[in-house]
Amino acid sequence: MSGTAAPLLSVRALTIAVPGPSGEEVSAVDGVSFDVDAGEIVALVGESGCGKTLTSLALVDLLPPPLRMVSGDVLFEGRDVHVLRAREKERLRGGGIGLVFQESASALDPVRTIGSELAAVIVRHRGLSRAVAEDEAERWLKRVALPDPARQMRAYPHQLSGGMRQRVLLALALAGGPRLLVADEPTAALDVTVQAQILELLLALRQELALAILLVTHDLAVVAEAAGRVLVMYAGEIVESAPVDELFSKPRHPYTRGLLASRPGLAPAGARRLAALEGSVPEPGKRPPGCAFEPRCKEAFGRCSAARPTLVPSGAGSEAACFLLDEPERGRIR
Amino acid sequence: MSLRVDAPLLSVRDLHKTFESRHGRVTVLRGVAFDLAAGSTLALVGESGSGKTTTARLILRLTAADRGSVQFDGTDWLALPRRELDRRRRELGVVFQDPATSLDPRLTIGEIVVEPLAIHAIGSRASRREKAADLVASVGLPASALVRHPSELSGGQRQRVAIARALATEPRLVVLDEPVSALDVSVRSQILNLLKGLQQDTPSRPAYLFIGHDLGVVRWIADRTAVMYMGRIVEEAATAALFFSPRHPYTEQLLASRPRDTPGPRAAPRFYFGEPPSPAAPPSGCPFHPRCASARPVCSQEVPALVADPAEDGRSVACHAPLGGD
Repeated sequence: MSGTAAPLLSVRALTIAVPGPSGEEVSAVDGVSFDVDAGEIVALVGESGCGKTLTSLALVDLLPPPLRMVSGDVLFEGRDVHVLRAREKERLRGGGIGLVFQESASALDPVRTIGSELAAVIVRHRGLSRAVAEDEAERWLKRVALPDPARQMRAYPHQLSGGMRQRVLLALALAGGPRLLVADEPTAALDVTVQAQILELLLALRQELALAILLVTHDLAVVAEAAGRVLVMYAGEIVESAPVDELFSKPRHPYTRGLLASRPGLAPAGARRLAALEGSVPEPGKRPPGCAFEPRCKEAFGRCSAARPTLVPSGAGSEAACFLLDEPERGRIR
Repeated sequence: MSLRVDAPLLSVRDLHKTFESRHGRVTVLRGVAFDLAAGSTLALVGESGSGKTTTARLILRLTAADRGSVQFDGTDWLALPRRELDRRRRELGVVFQDPATSLDPRLTIGEIVVEPLAIHAIGSRASRREKAADLVASVGLPASALVRHPSELSGGQRQRVAIARALATEPRLVVLDEPVSALDVSVRSQILNLLKGLQQDTPSRPAYLFIGHDLGVVRWIADRTAVMYMGRIVEEAATAALFFSPRHPYTEQLLASRPRDTPGPRAAPRFYFGEPPSPAAPPSGCPFHPRCASARPVCSQEVPALVADPAEDGRSVACHAPLGGD
């Protein structure tokens, strides 16, 4: 993190409730805190159901009811996002914080041309006239390396390929001039060659625009390629936070170690078995009382089922929520 | 052709398929050919639109081929009359990407896994019940799952059910169409281990036709890999050899685009030019030539045939200027 300047985004003790199986509210995100500095790429990783997408939606107050943020603070550039008036929130979304999600056919308005949708965003956030905004829109299409931008301005979403639509979504997210881009699985639905191109584009734009990025993904390869710092979520909590090199070389939490070990690309050719984490993520409301990972953890001991570990510093800019950190002789933590 | 002892279990030749759509005719397969040995795994890889899934659907006879042949276990599979086919469908298992939509939500898991046996009237009701319990155990699910419905299971558990169902009739071939793509990383390795273990431990030793786009997964599970591009196979080889020294520039490009496993800059320089062309308007000659760094004039004029690589046994390449050649 850079010096004494306040972070661009600061999330404190964020707790999000969802309806449980018998109607009562249960927490799906539980006491999550983290910062994102200007120009930094932070990855939020975890499996489905761990709360990463809910966390990213709460940043811009877009949780769909009955899901709701029950406690915590989200400060963007020092201002509490959840007390903003409706118009200020509108300005925040796209203007301060840009959002881009997994490419899907429904992400763009099917009856509007690419140019018209993009120009509308520019008019809304930058107060430019329609004609100037149209020029600006075409410049954005060029910037996201969409082939033949002048022609694509008049195209409808269904006329573009998945990779081209994702470039348009990126232009839409960035055209309002945000300082933070929240990118939720931005490459998940794309072919591997296109995936690599989109990721490269994202990194180039971040450089060019001095943009901070919160990269929400389940894909550790995307993390390895793009992130500076990584937050690992499990069952609604952050269980490890570390610089990317540290996380991949010296993972502190057994869950992180399990995730890293299950990458099939790492298995020696001809290996009979892949390292696998047995079991699955507990559903909200069915979280065990101690450490949420305890039932799947091969290194668990007495304390783990009795109490919940909290994040503690573990050197080299890392933090982890694991009792093994107190008792290094037990674990495999180096 | 006489049937030799080592004749492949599945032999696909010259498959062609054109679909009519409101945007016109789209040719999806342009002469696909490959062999799959009994008890082994062949992966089909390539970008979306390359024809992987259509190839699988033709083999499963969910879609009719325009041309070509499929020899399966000594039978001219595409020529089987419908009634004969219905009787023999159980020799082929299939697992799709999304277990949420491929399992009947109204049935219990116990009913789902032996449904293929019930359809073919194999065994008594009691013996099927016993078989269901064995199948559910073989895919690592608790016996309590037998009375549950698909909606009560997680994605990984549902995929275990789909695998159990595919293996119920003890098929000699199972088509796996992106079987782990919708699953989380920790569940993914559980399912991949299960698939490999079942192939080795099931008495029928099923062969797998594995359709995937995750090259890390393919490298681990497949004995041989065939790379598809715009309706053709452009390279086919033993998986280790293909990954170690690709000879088709497209294979090399796919491998270079592979996401990294550890942080840091990529080892190989990037050199791709845009996205795959539309199958409705394929480029002339080799369809890969507009994206190829080593294209020569001939490449835009003539389609290269898939031929055995003179430099290496067991590898075929369709390229006018293969890498590592000269």
